[in-house]
Amino acid sequence: MSMTSPIIETNESYLKKVEKVHKQNRIKSLLKGLLFLLPSIILFGVFVFYPLFRTIYLSFFLTDAKGATTVFVGWEHYVNMFTDPIFLKSIKNTFLFVIYTVPVTVIISLFLAVIANEKLKGIGFFRTIFSSTMGVSVAAASVFWLYLFNPTMGLLNEFLQMFELDPIGWLTDPKWALISVAVTTIWMNVGFTFLILLGGLQSIDSSLYESADIEGSSYFYKLRRITIPLLSPTLFFVITVSIINSFQTFGQIDILTQGGPANETNLIVYSIYREAFVNYQFGSASAQAVVLFIIILIMTAIQFKVGERRVHYQ
Amino acid sequence: MSQVELINISKSYDKQKDVLDGINLTIEEGEFFVLVGPSGSGKSTLLRMIAGLEDITGGFLKIGGHTVNHLPPKDRNLSMVFQNYALYPHLTVEQNILFGLKARKVDKQEQQKRLKDAAEMLGLTDLLKRKPRELSGGQRQRVALGRSVVSHAPLCLMDEPLSNLDAKLRANMRVEIRRLQKRLGLTMIYVTHDQVEAMTMGDRIMVLNDGKIQQVGKPITLYNEPENLFVATFIGSPKMNLADAAFSEDGRFLIIENNIKIAVDSALFTNIPRNRKLKIGIRAEHLFPGMTKKENIHNVEVVNVEQLGNETMIAFEVGSELWTAKWTGQWNIQYSQRIPIQILPEYLLFFDAESGKLIQSAQEGKRQEVVSV
Repeated sequence: MSMTSPIIETNESYLKKVEKVHKQNRIKSLLKGLLFLLPSIILFGVFVFYPLFRTIYLSFFLTDAKGATTVFVGWEHYVNMFTDPIFLKSIKNTFLFVIYTVPVTVIISLFLAVIANEKLKGIGFFRTIFSSTMGVSVAAASVFWLYLFNPTMGLLNEFLQMFELDPIGWLTDPKWALISVAVTTIWMNVGFTFLILLGGLQSIDSSLYESADIEGSSYFYKLRRITIPLLSPTLFFVITVSIINSFQTFGQIDILTQGGPANETNLIVYSIYREAFVNYQFGSASAQAVVLFIIILIMTAIQFKVGERRVHYQ
Repeated sequence: MSQVELINISKSYDKQKDVLDGINLTIEEGEFFVLVGPSGSGKSTLLRMIAGLEDITGGFLKIGGHTVNHLPPKDRNLSMVFQNYALYPHLTVEQNILFGLKARKVDKQEQQKRLKDAAEMLGLTDLLKRKPRELSGGQRQRVALGRSVVSHAPLCLMDEPLSNLDAKLRANMRVEIRRLQKRLGLTMIYVTHDQVEAMTMGDRIMVLNDGKIQQVGKPITLYNEPENLFVATFIGSPKMNLADAAFSEDGRFLIIENNIKIAVDSALFTNIPRNRKLKIGIRAEHLFPGMTKKENIHNVEVVNVEQLGNETMIAFEVGSELWTAKWTGQWNIQYSQRIPIQILPEYLLFFDAESGKLIQSAQEGKRQEVVSV
């Protein structure tokens, strides 16, 4: 007995030493990891996290014209917001706008990506054309569409006149304004969505299609059973990003309609902008921004929940 | 009828150099036919042309007596197993196997019957609900075979199906594929770069290099009577020992690499031209231990020894060439030791050094190798 005890002791002390070294190693690798993360932590901190918390803070205050807080009002901005018909309308219009733009963008892009994925001569030319709207700035695209929508000399109304139809006030008619902005947005987003989907299509192993060809599959059978399921992670990404983009639409509204007519195109981000920089109500603008943040957060969370079941990761 | 005929088939991309040129070949019904060649030889391209995945630039392809150049893959009544198995990652094993049958709208009951048969045959019954990523390499391979089996196509094409498996599994699958082919009476066209696979599986082998047929024949024929230097070195492991050789001026000796002299035996050497540059070849197993023998003994310095357990590989230099001798049994030989080796003229193969064509194969080799039972 007396012989064994010193051995046990050394064993225990050795294990303790090992434990200590392990702990030191863990701390070291944590510090190293943080060091690598530091640049993005700083950037995110300065440009995302600080403004986020500042916005939440501001939303509980009244402010002066410079944005300095004056009176603490608690939840008042939030309560007022949900009784304000203009804000409620802007929320409704934002959701409508998302419904108008996202499915159409994805379907058009998917169609273009599928046809541009064929191995044909000169397909590179079409791929460039289809993705070219990605290189057009929001301002340039909006101005360009502004001309197309022009009620007297715009191309769209000239077309209508050719078929002897009444001209439409694309941006001035409350029935059409939101649709017109949606069309512009779809046109602008198709390039990016197309490019991502094409990338997704090209990463599908061609031997899967060859094998399906030999087994006698038709074009649409392959599309339904191979292409769509294997593209689902990319589709999911594209849909998520498109929805977030649509919620945050601002540039084209500012240039095309300034939220009019009759607040029909006053989407939530534009409403925030007006509240803050036209009415100088930084407090209530911040409250609206927080609501937008929460809406997008919930939407994205729902998508991930639904997506988990529907998306096939390889 | 699933006989496959290739008549003067050629393939070129963008009217450039031919990838395949003048391929004439008939593959009999029920035959296990292996296309073997180094990478870039055009063997996969040829297989894909038979499958209909690549256009045929010139010549005619007949399957079962009908020209099928114009038919799309699905109308050629064949199945194909791909190197990477081409399994659909989002579908279960069952759905993968039934994919083609559903596409062809085969009757539901028939589908289930074929699935059951194939799953039993390949030992997949317990795996039907799994996704491909939950399977091991060998199991994925079986699923790919299963897809081929349920199609009931009489012609099966395989494109390097075993190259992603480890050595042990590969040996197992070789046997399984061979059994499956015999059992179902399939006509099989099998592409591989591995000459061991080609030798062990093929009823007949075609050796392809640089888009040209080097030789077509039974494995043993290719081994014993390679038509040219390429086949001689490509088939067999270790590869055939080669060396430059010439006759001495008085014609009494054959001199190998200015180094080894072999007395000319007129009976064996009658057909060999005396005035040409020659290459001689000899298989590793025909370089015998010379300890107890007298004639044609040459002492060489050993540069490497590999113990394989039941046999010993001894490497030594002959002029500029590295030769390997394969001796049965276990030999205790050290590096740089000098050992006697017996090189008998009746085991020599003679090639024309310029054209690489076979002049005469080993006289003794044939008699000894093929033992009829």
